[in-house]
Amino acid sequence: MADKELDARGLNCPLPILRTKKMLNELTGGQTLRIVATDPGAVKDFQAFAKQTGNELLESAEANGEYTFVLKKKA
Amino acid sequence: MSEAKKLAIIATKGTLDWAYPPFILASTAAALGYDVQVFFTFYGLQLLRKKLDLKVSPLGNPGMPMKMPFGPKWFKGINWNIPNLVQSLVPGYESLATTLMKQTVKNNGVASIPDLRELCREAEVKFIACQMTVELFGFNHSDFIDGLEFGGAATFFEFAGESDICLFI
Repeated sequence: MADKELDARGLNCPLPILRTKKMLNELTGGQTLRIVATDPGAVKDFQAFAKQTGNELLESAEANGEYTFVLKKKA
Repeated sequence: MSEAKKLAIIATKGTLDWAYPPFILASTAAALGYDVQVFFTFYGLQLLRKKLDLKVSPLGNPGMPMKMPFGPKWFKGINWNIPNLVQSLVPGYESLATTLMKQTVKNNGVASIPDLRELCREAEVKFIACQMTVELFGFNHSDFIDGLEFGGAATFFEFAGESDICLFI
């Protein structure tokens, strides 16, 4: 289980990323955040977000039109 | 100074459609850890007003699809190709187009401009209003949201000269 969850379903660019960033601020290093989104553009965006911010993307999956990501906050 | 990357944007457009790029890019860059400054000049000043009243005009903009944000799928898919002459003669055409765009934005889960502007502020994006155009257009500082800096081209270059990315929108 992730330490925190973010429901970003129905939101479009750039809101899933902005909400994610905000929520990561509430976590401490090493904790995880699970995000559920419906924006197909989020797949590439979360890879790019992880790469640029140093937060690790542990998981990226798709099922029934929903995209799930798990990010681990940078220590 | 921090080692964060820097993004400098000049925002020159004051319509609802063109309000999106500067606010989307500024807020996203801030989320990625950039230091961001946006310099608002000419019509871009409209984006800083306390009372936002942004409109979109399809008139003379052949690239803008005119689709209805309601009804069955086949109806939503129709592109209403209205001649310029008709657009310019029908009173309230711009307001109608603006209402339709706002509804489409809502239907697609896209943020509103007031929300994106607020997200930029929360992320400490720095807004600078061009003092020359503030005077040119007869605005008062009180027309704008609080916390702005008022400056000129030299103020912009102070930050832009050290930026990693610099955009004119």
